[in-house]
Amino acid sequence: MKSIQELEEIRKRTLDRVNQRTDRTTTRIVVGMATCGIAAGARPVLLAIMEEVEKLGLSDVTVAQTGCIGLCKMEPIVEVIRPGEKKVTYVKMDADKARRIVNEHVVGGKVVDEYTLHIVQGKMLNDYKVEKE
Amino acid sequence: MREISLHLMDIIDNSITANATLIELYIKIDTNKNKIVITIKDNGKGIDKEMLKNITDPFVTSRTTRKVGLGLSLFQSTCQRCNGDLKVDSEVGVGTVVTADMEFENIDRPPLGKIEETIVSVLLTPSIDFYYKHTFNEKEFEFDTREVKRILETDDLNSPEILIWIRDYIKENLMELMGGASL
Repeated sequence: MKSIQELEEIRKRTLDRVNQRTDRTTTRIVVGMATCGIAAGARPVLLAIMEEVEKLGLSDVTVAQTGCIGLCKMEPIVEVIRPGEKKVTYVKMDADKARRIVNEHVVGGKVVDEYTLHIVQGKMLNDYKVEKE
Repeated sequence: MREISLHLMDIIDNSITANATLIELYIKIDTNKNKIVITIKDNGKGIDKEMLKNITDPFVTSRTTRKVGLGLSLFQSTCQRCNGDLKVDSEVGVGTVVTADMEFENIDRPPLGKIEETIVSVLLTPSIDFYYKHTFNEKEFEFDTREVKRILETDDLNSPEILIWIRDYIKENLMELMGGASL
């Protein structure tokens, strides 16, 4: 079982990285976590992102949470903000989709179009196919 | 909400919005009395008396974007369904205490759920300190971010390596405390 002393080892391992991080330009991944987001399943999404970031050893990525983004029917919502690029809003997320976003967008720099928010005939949708037709 | 831990996440989010710097969570289970009592205490800006009167009314909220706030009323109805209730005490400038109690053995009581994930998601908020005490009959488990920060020699816990460790640490200790059962 884990004991609190193990934190010492983590400290030794991560101290350099944590110190370096303050003035670096980092990618931010933001998960909406108000009542709407939580009820729609935002927590497993957040944890999946966190695990993936840890697994891939990404040190220049900040995972954050925010309140209601204002589009409750599209929750869980994840926003990815890469330095110098426009914010990308992903809607109706789940843990698998979130892992894909970390790999393809955060690491690879390629936006995962089919999970993004789309505006089709003035309506906000998440249906990638409708727009393509 | 499907788990008590999801309700807790929702309530704790209110504390964060109220600019709390220290949030305390107490979960006390007494199987002999068939009771589970949950207390969430913060040192945020507090709620004034007028607002406090109807605080669990879904149409009472301090948010300005819209006129509905469901967090406390949802949790209260869960408690009432399990022959318990939810109460809010608050003092402006001092902080707020939310106390929820439920029957432990009740068909309508949601499982506690992943408390560790709730705590980890709260820790994403910068400069928040969190104290957690879980009591199961005579056994206790405590977790305090101030201790974690002291050992790590940092104020910034928002690193996946640290947060995943905290999650597993709490999870394993809770499992041990509850005798391996998921309650």
